[in-house]
Amino acid sequence: MEHPAIPINVTVNGKTHEAEVEPRLLLVHFLREDLGLTGTHVGCDTSQCGACTVHLNGLAVKSCTMLAVQADGGEVTTIEGLADGTDMHPVQAAFQEEHGLQCGYCTPGMVMTAAYLLETQPDPDDNAIKHALEGNLCRCTGYVNIIKAIRAAAQQMR
Amino acid sequence: MHPASFGYHAPGSLEEAFGLLRQHGEDAKLLAGGHSLLPAMKLRLTQPEVLIDLSRVPGLNGIRHDGDTLVIGALTTHTEVSTSEDVCRLLPGLADTASVIGDLQVRNRGTMGGSVAHADPGADLPVTLTALNASFVLTSSEGERTAGADDFFVDFFTTALEPNEILTSIRIPLPAAPVQTSYAKLPHPASGYVVVSAAAALSVDGGACTGARVVLGGVGGTPHRATGTEAALEGQALTPETLAAAAQRAAEGIDPHADSYADEDYKRHMAVVYAGRAIEAAAARA
Repeated sequence: MEHPAIPINVTVNGKTHEAEVEPRLLLVHFLREDLGLTGTHVGCDTSQCGACTVHLNGLAVKSCTMLAVQADGGEVTTIEGLADGTDMHPVQAAFQEEHGLQCGYCTPGMVMTAAYLLETQPDPDDNAIKHALEGNLCRCTGYVNIIKAIRAAAQQMR
Repeated sequence: MHPASFGYHAPGSLEEAFGLLRQHGEDAKLLAGGHSLLPAMKLRLTQPEVLIDLSRVPGLNGIRHDGDTLVIGALTTHTEVSTSEDVCRLLPGLADTASVIGDLQVRNRGTMGGSVAHADPGADLPVTLTALNASFVLTSSEGERTAGADDFFVDFFTTALEPNEILTSIRIPLPAAPVQTSYAKLPHPASGYVVVSAAAALSVDGGACTGARVVLGGVGGTPHRATGTEAALEGQALTPETLAAAAQRAAEGIDPHADSYADEDYKRHMAVVYAGRAIEAAAARA
């Protein structure tokens, strides 16, 4: 059965987009396929791995577990919107400096979760960092340097 | 993975939502945060014809006092619950529960009402809300009724909600005497869902327990009152010996379902261990 498309208005990385979307379109596919913002990755597609993490109205969320229509009227930030021009966000810079990535697949989600964590908790200890990263999986198991990078970014941002 | 195709409505009022429920009947599902429903739809475990998104209905989220009751709107997220000053101060066991659901991103979207209406036997909140003697406000176009936890949770994935009703809030009584609350959970190492968990709400007066509600999760289709443990605590001084003896009675009368991770005997043993941890943590807060 055909279901009517729904008009939505979503601000992504500061730019407003008006679109008519199928109700079942997931936010991650709207970002990647409709807007061409392929920095947000699809990993597990079952709400576990966190590769698809973006910020919606300032909160880290899994964009594979949201409908695009649920983001109507909202403000989304993706990994593409984190840097200030050519100046990397301190979390991005720290991931580079501390070698917080190996294959890089999980990295956009890790960075988005870490940036959100440091917004809400500027001085997390290792346990708080680990608790915050429970929803982000690194199949290379490069967690040690990821945690090091987040600690370094926290220091930089304070 | 895409869900099967469906129609989408985002009503701006409860009245409008009731009208949509009347119109679509059992073809419709209510959408709150979507962190139980959307994964199930992506796996095609459920294929509703219509989704009614409650997120634009005013008045369904937030935490407020109503006399000696804390009222939590059905659309309040787990993050909002776990970071609420009122919840952390008055019901730390509930804050502990909300803070171990899923992961940080899931807690930013998942809601208390959505979770309890889904009634997953591996969920955290039903266990603690039963220990807290919460009641559930079920609203329809005819008015509202209130169900206690024992009536609300009917079976695996089944609640007392009728097809024309919407769970609008959860009410938690705040007794005049201090109640110490806690939650202890053995999570499945991969999924994070409950293998066995326990919540405790102990009324404590001068070091003695004057009332106890101890509830187990993961041992059946609905939260299970550990009445043997409760009886062993009531009227007793909360010494380590009393707590240990009370925990030993936690597995009385349970008939846990085995799964590929945990067999029945293991769950019985973990019921004793986690009930013990919950009541110790509650007693330590007194």
